[in-house]
Order: sequence, then C-alpha cells, then structure tokens
Amino acid sequence: MRAPPRAELRERRRALLPRPLVGCAVLGWLLVIGGPPLVSSAAESADESAVFGELLRLLAERRHDHVTFTEVQQLAILDRPLHSSGELLYDAPDRLEKRTLEPRREDLVLEHGMLSVERDHHRRSVALRDFPQAVPLVESLRATLAGDRAALARYFTVQFSGTLARWTLELTPTDATVERSVQHIVITGETDRIRTVQIRQSDGDTSTLTIGAEVVP
Amino acid sequence: MTRAGMTATLIWALAALIAAIIAIRARYTADLSAFLPRRASATQSLLVEQLREGPAAHLIIAAIAGADAEARAAVSRQMALRLRTNPAVLAIDNGNEAQLERDREFLFGHRYLLSPRVSPQLFTAGGLHAAIGAALTVLASSAGPLVKPLFLRDPTLETLAIIESLDASHARHSAAGVWSSPDGTRALILARTRASGADIDGQQAACAALERSFAESIAALPSAQRAALTFSMSGPPVLAVASRATIKGQVWRLSGLSAACIALLLLAVYRSPAILLLTFVPVASGALAGVAAVALGFSVVHGITLGFGVTLIGESVDYAIYLFIQRSADFRRSVWPTIRLGVLTSICGFAALLPSAFPGLSQLGLYSIAGLAAAALVTRFVLPAWLPRTVRIRDLTAVGSYLERLLARLRAARGALLLIALLAATLLYLHRGALWSRELNALSPIRATDMQLDEQLRAAAGAPDTGYIVAVAAPDREAALAAADAVGTRLTPLVERGVIGGFDSPTRFLPALAVQDARRRSLPPAAVLRANLDEGLQGLPLTAARLEPFVRDVEQAREAPLLRQADLAGNSLGLVVDALLVRGSAGWSALLPVSARDSADLSGAAIAQVRSAVASAAVGAELLDLKGEADRLYSGYLREAVRLAIGGFIGIVLLLFVALRSAARVARVVAPLALSVLTVAAAFAALGHALTILHVVGMLLIVAVGSNYALFFDRAGVRAAEGSLPLTLASLLVANLATVIAFGVLAFSSVPVLADLGSTVAPGTLLALLFAAMLAPPVPRTTPQAALR
Repeated sequence: MRAPPRAELRERRRALLPRPLVGCAVLGWLLVIGGPPLVSSAAESADESAVFGELLRLLAERRHDHVTFTEVQQLAILDRPLHSSGELLYDAPDRLEKRTLEPRREDLVLEHGMLSVERDHHRRSVALRDFPQAVPLVESLRATLAGDRAALARYFTVQFSGTLARWTLELTPTDATVERSVQHIVITGETDRIRTVQIRQSDGDTSTLTIGAEVVP
Repeated sequence: MTRAGMTATLIWALAALIAAIIAIRARYTADLSAFLPRRASATQSLLVEQLREGPAAHLIIAAIAGADAEARAAVSRQMALRLRTNPAVLAIDNGNEAQLERDREFLFGHRYLLSPRVSPQLFTAGGLHAAIGAALTVLASSAGPLVKPLFLRDPTLETLAIIESLDASHARHSAAGVWSSPDGTRALILARTRASGADIDGQQAACAALERSFAESIAALPSAQRAALTFSMSGPPVLAVASRATIKGQVWRLSGLSAACIALLLLAVYRSPAILLLTFVPVASGALAGVAAVALGFSVVHGITLGFGVTLIGESVDYAIYLFIQRSADFRRSVWPTIRLGVLTSICGFAALLPSAFPGLSQLGLYSIAGLAAAALVTRFVLPAWLPRTVRIRDLTAVGSYLERLLARLRAARGALLLIALLAATLLYLHRGALWSRELNALSPIRATDMQLDEQLRAAAGAPDTGYIVAVAAPDREAALAAADAVGTRLTPLVERGVIGGFDSPTRFLPALAVQDARRRSLPPAAVLRANLDEGLQGLPLTAARLEPFVRDVEQAREAPLLRQADLAGNSLGLVVDALLVRGSAGWSALLPVSARDSADLSGAAIAQVRSAVASAAVGAELLDLKGEADRLYSGYLREAVRLAIGGFIGIVLLLFVALRSAARVARVVAPLALSVLTVAAAFAALGHALTILHVVGMLLIVAVGSNYALFFDRAGVRAAEGSLPLTLASLLVANLATVIAFGVLAFSSVPVLADLGSTVAPGTLLALLFAAMLAPPVPRTTPQAALR
C-alpha cells in the first residue's frame, strides 16, 4: 500500500536544494583546503623537478595531520574582510575535514568520495561523483596527499618555485568549468608542511587560509 | 417437451436475457476498492480517498539502466522532451537544471511572502543587525559561494531560510546532468499522470506513453547501446494497471482452463457431447445470474468477484452431474430433495457473508447465492425438459460397484479419523500464535517481483514508503491552510527535539492569505528601511548604500499581489501543494506527512507525542498511520469474516436439524465437514502459510460443497431403495473431481486471493468426500434389482 503525497514531496524537496548547497560546499571546501596538487610543468628546471619529486614524496609520507587555521576572505560586495578560524584534519589516503569554530560552527568532511556538511545540527551529504566539475579538484588533492602524481596531471597546470625548505606552487585549472569559478590557487609551504593557501576567484574575490599550530589531541 | 418444460424454458430464456443486459451494463473494476470498507470512520474514508484518488496514486517512477551514464542521460532527456507534450502525463521530472532553476526563481521572487521569519521585528535596526550578522557568517562558510550572488538583494538570507525549512535531509544524485540513483546505475524519471487513481484506463495510457517514449528515444542510438539499455517503472498507476491485467488475464485463463478440464472429464464420463453441453447450461446460467445480482446490489462489480465465477463452476456443475449420472427414474422425488437441501445449506453459508463490511466478501456472498440458486433451479426445471428422450451415457454402475466395495473398506478404517482430528487439533494449537496473516498486503494482487521492483525504485528515488500523515479537515481552502499552519507550529518543537525527523506542509509554498498579508504588511517603506539599515549595519563590514538592491526588492514586495494556488501552476512546487492541499467530498484537507528520523518507522512514544501535539492545536486534525490503519482495517475484516463464517456454519447445522430431524444424522453430515476444515487449516499452519480472509471463505466453501456429499451418503443410509448406491457414489466421485479440478486450477493463480481460495477448497472438498464416505451410515441391504432400478 502506498503512502500518498510523501513520495512526491520528497522528490520536490530533494530536487530543490542540496544540489546547489552542497555543490558550493564542495567548491568552498576545495577553495579553502586547497592542498598541494603538484605537477611539474614543462618549464621547470631539472633541479626544481627533483625538488618537486622529493616534496611529493615527503607529503605522501605524512599519514595524519591536525592543525589550526585562520581564514580571511576579501569579497567585493563587502567593505571589510570576513574572518573565520578552526581546525583542519587529514587522514591518509582520502579523509579530509575542515572544522570551522568561529564565527559559526561548520563541519565539512570529505571521506571515500562522499562530502558532507554539518551546520546547525543539519547534516547533508553528496557523492562527489554527482559534481563532475568538482571531481578534478578533489581528486587532485586526494591524489597528491596520497602521492599519486599521475592522477594530478590531468587537472592542473602547476608552476613550482623555491626550495624544499620554502616553496610556492601556483595551480591553474585546465578544466573550463572549474576555471569559471577558480582563477588560480597559490600554495606556500616549508618542507612537508603547508603554510598558506590562497584562492583567487574569477570575480576577483580572494580567500587566504593560514595554517597555524599543530593540535595535540 | 411438456407444457411445464416449455414454460420453464421460456422463463429461463427471459431471465437469461435480462441478466445478460444487466451484466453488460454493469461497471467493472479491478482496483483495491474491493478491500476498502463500506462503513468507514472519517479517518478511514480519508485513507481510502488518499489511496484511490490521492496524489501519490498518480506517480510513476521510471528507471533507465544499462549502457553508460551519458547514454542513460541522453535517453532521459529525450523521454522528458517527448512526455512533456503527452496529454496523459501531467508533469515530468528528470532532474534537469532548467526545472530546478524555475523553482529556485519562484522561491526567490516570493521570499517575503513565504519565509516564516518575516515579521515587523526582522526589519527593525536590531532585527536587521542580527539577521545580516548571521548572514555574514554563512557568507564566510562553505555555503558562501551559493549565497554571494543573492546577498545584496537578500541580505537576511530569506531564500536560504525557506530552502532550509524544507528539511532536505538527503541529496538527490545526478549523473551526466540528469537525476540518477544513488549508486549511479540508473537514470530516474518521475512522471505524474493526468488520470486519477481510479481511472485505470487513463493510467494505462500514461504507462504506455512512458514505454513508447523510451522505445522512441533509444531508436536513434547505435544498436549495441540500444540493446544494453533497459527500462523499468513502478508506482501506484503501474501496479494498478498490472494488477488489473493480471486479474483480467487470470479470470479468463483460469475459467477457460478449468472449464476445459472439467469438459474433458465429463466427456470421458458421459461420452456424449450433447449431455456435456447440457451440463454447462446451469453453470453458465448461474454465473450470469451471479454477475447480474452483484451488478444490481453493488455500484461496481469487482474483477475478483468474476474470478469467483470459477468457484461456481466447481459447485454448480455438480448438480447436473447428479442429474445425469444418477438418472433415477424419479429424479424429482429421490435426487432433487437431497440437492435442494445441499443448495439450501450452501445458500445459508453464503448468506452469512452478506452483512460483511468488506465489499469483496459481501459481493462473493451475493454472487454465490444467486449463482447457486439459479444453477439448481435450471437443473431442476429446465434441464429435464431438454433431455433427449433416449439418454445415451456410459453406465457407471461398474465403477460404482467398485466404489461400493471401497466404501466398505473405508468405513472399516473410520477409527483413523479420530487420530487425524487429534493431530490436526494439536497442530493448530501449537501454531495458534501465527495462524492468521494480519497484513492487508497478503491480499494484494501485485506480484512479489513487481513489489520488489517498486521497493528498489522507491529506494533509488529516495522515496521510502513511510506512511504517517497529519490530516486536517476544514470547510474551505483558507481554513485548511490556517489549520495546517497551527499544526505546523505544534510540530516544529518535535522536530527540534528530535522526536520526529521532519514534516511537510502545503503552507511552505502556499501560506494562508492572512499569513501572507501579515508578512507583507511587516515590510517597511523604503525610507524607514534605509534608516534602519543605517543604524543596524553599525559594526558590520558593509554600509547601507551597498544594500540598495535589497531596499528596492522590499519596496516591490510591498506592492506585489498575494500568492494563490493558481500562481504555483507550472512549477514543480505547485505539484507539492496540489498533493498536500486536496479538495475532498466535504471541504478541503491539508495533509502534513510526518517523517521519522533516519527514515524508519515512528516509535510508539513518538506517535503519542505527535498525537498530543496535533490535539493541542485544536483544529480537528488527526494523525493517520496509513499502513497501520490499513492493517487494522483488514484485521477487523478478518475477525468479522471468522465470526460470519462461524455464524454461517451454525446456520447450516440448524437448517440440517430442521430438515433431517435427527441429531445423529446431523452429526454424521457435519462431522466430516468440520474435520476436513480442521485438517486443511492444520496443514496450512504446519506449512507455515498464514491464513487470510480468503482461506476463511474457502473453508465456508468446503462446508457448502461438502455438505452435498455428506447429504447423499446420509440419504443412501436412510432410503437406499430409492436410488442406486453405486451410481450415487460414481456421481459423487465425478462431482468431486470436477470441483477439485476447478479449485485446483485456481490454486496455481498468481493472484493471492484466488490462490488462497483454490488451495483451501481443492484439498478440502476431496477430504470432505473421503471423510463423509468413512463416516457414512451402514447401507441397508438392497437387492441388485432395487439398486439398478
């Protein structure tokens, strides 16, 4: 026996929301946690390529991270920047979490290809597969952290500079749909630690994430 | 032909003609209506209305599987394109972007009428400071990219508030740009049929349109892809169409099959095609009379009732068999009284079903009474007149004599019956807890595989079949909406406390006019809003000048007309409102589906809390537990059917007392019947097959058919001189074989209602004959001459 209007209602409801919300969450997440998707560009010198390979190896060796972060967003529609802060967690090979504590709690988790957002006691999840435009970004991040160099080459043009002790990566998306929202990502770091992730969006808005101290559990 | 015969034939022809006209003009149905109550409470009638006419009765979920995501998406788009112009389909949803965009635009455009947060307080300096401050934290969060484009026009994020109030707990998945199942293996399409739930022809047209659109959409694809793609669909319209087709097909096929089998048997026995034809005259007359009686007594004839026509073949064919095989010189004086008593006991049994509140049962009762009476009367008054002067049927005396010797041996083994009775009673006692099936689904004609597909597609579409609805009745639309609002206010705290997962309401997209008007009146004029913004934005990272688009939008909203149901037509939100705000026979109903947390069933405690919350709203609302209600309804029918069947049994015993005037004779007639019912029930219990209402009807049929056998044995014991015992035995065996064939065929039906009946009656009547034989009274000595007279 069928339960009447429920089915239809759920359909409508489902149709309406989560998609844009979580889709944006995916992008937001990527914009913020950024990660170091690294592929040596053709222009690199042999030296830099070697350093880059070493960096990738070091990053892949880290199995776990738990750090604080602060974030500053410059939006054209506002007169002053927005500040937020919280913690970042990473567990190899494919679990990432961004826990924003101030000014508003939000928990964003990427795990086994599922992305979920929890805000105000509401949790929403989507499969990354449903957002093909976001897959390259996420996959590059995951593959980098897992040390999978080949998987990255597809999605970004990477400009590596600096030394292992102090390096900078500039990532430019090659996929047109991703490019529409993200112009480029600049990541700086020291050996196997990321220090800042700066994302510049196509509309000129920027967000800068600065990694702070390690959180001792 | 005698003058009396002529008169009987004339009357028969006239009656048959009238009955045929009535039967042709009757309305037939095959939906669930046979299982719905005639006398219902307000709750139950709403339930029934929802099941038959409700919005969910219009929904088809279709799935495209195979090949790759791109190919499935291409077919999904093609199908949607074709179906949008199909008159049988009201709305189609394959999750494409354009449609979602339309819905989002609607919500954004009407946000100040729809958002529950809109109040005069929101637009004061303090209210704006709090709301915009909160909005900035959303802007800084992962949802920032979503709200950023709207922020300057909607800085308090009313659009987001509306969207979040919809409780979207699950994401809708998509692949290659169209809606897909969570595992990504199927593209999904939701279609809403134009035809109502009761209009099965209309539903069938919609189902056919979907199938055709799939066939047309894949036609252009390469053949390898075409072969890989499969289409399936489910939902109430599909199931209704399928079950009607099943019932229709089975009624014809099974009736045809059992008639053919019985014809073969009788041809083997009679060796006379003419007599065979005559045998079916009472059967056909009875079936016609039955349909005509039901058409007169009820507004519609149910397909299932026609299915029972098969059962009538089983019993009414017996009368002619007795007439032809026993062909006693004086049928009227020796055989007819026994048949007459048999018919009367059957009628007595079936009459007990007439007062049932379950239309399926009372239709069956009326059908059987009219059918059996007509068949018996035709056998008694019409057939003898048509008999050829020289009847050439094979003489079954030899077979009968063998049966007579067998009878003696059977009687010697009658002690075994005590053992059987004990065994059956023990089995029934051991299984007493799980004897009855209490689920209405046990009667559903829907095949298990169809049911599985339905569950799969529902799961894929994220539309589990939980069935709790708060129903609010009101005289008009506005009152219904206001009442729904009152109920919603009481339910919200339960959602916050986690008692329930959430609820839906038509007021989300169509608030009562009074509510809309209050919201509109709380919007301040531009000058006031600017001043309040100036003050409220102190300390926030933006100035009032930036929010000029917001001021303009509020100004526009102050002038905009209120939202009416008609304004929602054309977007998918309108479908939601149409589903939740329905015009019933007596005014309007607003429906608020309540979901449990984690899409499970609501706990008893949660149900109690919802009930008390609903009661506290004091607007005449009620919580319906649809499946529970349906099962309760069915349990009620089952209890009633058992009571009625017992009443019918008592009626039969009383009738036998009046006719036979001997407790010993009555006991001898009743004992084999009771014992075979007991044995069949015990067998079902031992096999773990829960008994349904149709098993009860089947047991009544065992008594009705079996009583004929027992009465013939009884007659043989009392007045052997008046008939030939071997011929009586032979006729009983042939009659029983015919009955077992008719019901045995039914037992293999895929329609549970018919299968239950068949699997009860076929073995039951066989046992009734056997037991009646074993308990037969000692036959008085007869001379062979007397026997062969």
